[in-house]
Amino acid sequence: MEIFDILVTVSFWVAALRIATPLIFGVTGALLCERAGVLNLGIEGIMTVGAMTGWITVHLGGSLWGGVVAAMAMGALCGLVLAVLTVKLGLSQHVSGLGVTMLATSASYFTYRVVLPNANTPPRIQPFEPLNIPGLSDLPVIGPILFQQTALTLLAIALVALTAWFLNRTPLGLALRAVGENPAAVEAQGLDVHRLRMGAVVAGSAVMALGGAFLTMSAFNAFFFEMVAGRGWICIALTVFASWRPGKALIGAILFGAFDAFQVRLQQVVGGAVPGQVFLMIPYLLSIVALVVWSRKASYPKALMVPYIKGQR
Amino acid sequence: MTETRPIVLELRTITKRFGPLVANDAVDLVMRKGEILALLGENGAGKTTLMNILFGHYLADAGEVLVADAHGGLQPLPPGSPHAALAAGIGMVHQHFTLAENLTVLDNITLGTEPLFALHRSTRAARAKLEDLMARSGLTVDLDATVARLAVGERQRIEILKALYRDARILVLDEPTAVLTPQESDGLFATLRALAAQGLSVVFISHKLNEVVSASDRVAVLRGGRKVAERETAGADRATLAELMVGRPIAASRREPREPGRTVLKLDAVSVAGHDVRTRLASVSLDLREGEVVGVAGVSGNGQTALASLVCGLVAPSAGTMTLLDQALTEFDPGAFVAAGIGRIPEDRHSEGVVGSMSIAENVALETIGTERFQTGGFLKFGAMRQAAEEAIRGYEIKCPGPDAPIRLLSGGNMQKAILARALDGAPKLIIANQPTRGLDVGAVAEVHRRLLAARMRGAAVLLISEDLDELFELSDRIAVMFRSRLTAALPSAGLDLKTLGLMMAGHDPAEVAA
Repeated sequence: MEIFDILVTVSFWVAALRIATPLIFGVTGALLCERAGVLNLGIEGIMTVGAMTGWITVHLGGSLWGGVVAAMAMGALCGLVLAVLTVKLGLSQHVSGLGVTMLATSASYFTYRVVLPNANTPPRIQPFEPLNIPGLSDLPVIGPILFQQTALTLLAIALVALTAWFLNRTPLGLALRAVGENPAAVEAQGLDVHRLRMGAVVAGSAVMALGGAFLTMSAFNAFFFEMVAGRGWICIALTVFASWRPGKALIGAILFGAFDAFQVRLQQVVGGAVPGQVFLMIPYLLSIVALVVWSRKASYPKALMVPYIKGQR
Repeated sequence: MTETRPIVLELRTITKRFGPLVANDAVDLVMRKGEILALLGENGAGKTTLMNILFGHYLADAGEVLVADAHGGLQPLPPGSPHAALAAGIGMVHQHFTLAENLTVLDNITLGTEPLFALHRSTRAARAKLEDLMARSGLTVDLDATVARLAVGERQRIEILKALYRDARILVLDEPTAVLTPQESDGLFATLRALAAQGLSVVFISHKLNEVVSASDRVAVLRGGRKVAERETAGADRATLAELMVGRPIAASRREPREPGRTVLKLDAVSVAGHDVRTRLASVSLDLREGEVVGVAGVSGNGQTALASLVCGLVAPSAGTMTLLDQALTEFDPGAFVAAGIGRIPEDRHSEGVVGSMSIAENVALETIGTERFQTGGFLKFGAMRQAAEEAIRGYEIKCPGPDAPIRLLSGGNMQKAILARALDGAPKLIIANQPTRGLDVGAVAEVHRRLLAARMRGAAVLLISEDLDELFELSDRIAVMFRSRLTAALPSAGLDLKTLGLMMAGHDPAEVAA
């Protein structure tokens, strides 16, 4: 069967991991926020800001890593806005999140127009190159899949491991897990609920912005309008799929990447018999199926979306 | 002798207002090393507020807290900081436990005790210290269990261990027995005594006179936010304490003799298919007559929930017949049951009794919102709803800001009065009262009892499910016992004693017990 032959080719898995990379960043960031009890619907806008900032930094003469840092900083700033609204002021997380998405997206487009008032096509930058580490990249199968990616993909995978270690092995991670479950428990142990939550939202947003930066600095080499294209929303769904666990989040993101890579190759195999739009639907359909099958009993953080106001009766 | 013990804690003229409400009015309190102090008062008397100020959850509007330092000198405690309170040696066990259910016992206890930015957690020292604490206090719990899987008794032990782990010298417990069985409560107080003998000072909040008298060295009575009395427990008697707490003498309700009339509710071998013993009924038969209270005793979780749900129309029987005033009930729907004349006082007033964020008027009208009284052609009659609420507030003396106030702002007793008003309005023929006085203070309990007995005199049949045996004997003409989803025959309460009832609750046959 030609269809299943797709699944065993190395190039398929290289593509799957590349497509998954922005999702890995996004879902890791979303997970950090939600584990602390804050739903970050600013993700779509924050990824746009990350994409814009990283690219424009490099275009204006910064280094690639300088662009990465700038993207994270701007993401963190958006996160701070959201954190003040949802944590300090205790406003609706849905409304605040969507507000941040709209604000951040528009601000990105605005910046683009201000910096490049006359550009018909966005100027290209020299993006991250595939690593090609001698020795490692030459390993059979694993070599190309893991080590012919760009540095950002490896960073994404490392970040998942780091997040898992942070949540499960450090005192701060413990406090973060507790604050999303029962903030009263955290306060009764003498910790500051608001600081923990705001910290989580700011850090999570910085990680989300990396997902956007990957798009303009690694997957492509320029910034386009609408280029985030709903990846943020996919990440919100993936968080549920992952039951708020970093390891499962990584698997979920790669699975989605694989669906997407599969659909592209399937189009070439099956050809014109089926309209192209059907193939574009496949990853989303399969994601919904996966969500239904695996996440019916997901145990969500109990205090997710519940603002904590000290001394309230 | 008491005076020689050093002072460990002093509250000076603590005052706290919530809007127009004065929750604490210049309260002074002193605690000495190794004593057990009971803070007695009705719901809403300001006990919890006072302790929340001590622990730093609330900021006092006036007054200060002084805590003894390592050398015994009293130092002012920085206000509004649980962190500072913990550091000063104050531990608090909240009524609603402050545990993260997704974490293990050990995680919950060590949360916040390690340097926050350490790169890893060292649990070995924590484990050793806790093993030692558990051995000394008798508070044993599996440190690696996830809290979500533990029972309330175990959760309370974790809360106390949390305080002891931080070397608390003063332990505050807010209504510690509210969720415990009598045996668990006895165990808790034995533990507290042992800890006090080791030098821990204990304050516990309560409105139950029994436990105050049996477990404390000294009692402070709060009423309306003020401290109205403070005395050694040894010399205090219950009647005086009750009067101090409520502010007026309490008349115990008396069940007047009354001939029961015709049968109101008849259950004939009714079964309910549930997934466990709590929600299942196995061939239950019962005759309930006009002007009669039948009490249902039993250890909680033996099928009482299923019985209450059945009589409220929440579940349909899987076998047997159910008759209300000679009419076989066929439509098992709570609305139809209310319309048929069944008044419902649910077990958990917060989750099943009221909608917290809705107003008193809306809650009072809720069960009969579809009737002509409260609507015309699909439009609500707000005037009628308000009027009904105002009548309820007047008739039942519900303390509240007004009919438009969200009902969640009411104290437990006042919320229960609103539910009573709703259930008894329209003179129901059958009243199902499931744990009607759980968590209420003495004054409110007396009021609920009075209302239920008045309904009985009027001719209503009352099915009373309760775990409070005194209450069952006080109100019931006959008592039946639930055990493993079965109900014994209802026996005249005059012929029963506590011991017999206790044996029946443990599953013994009444005839066998009597022999």
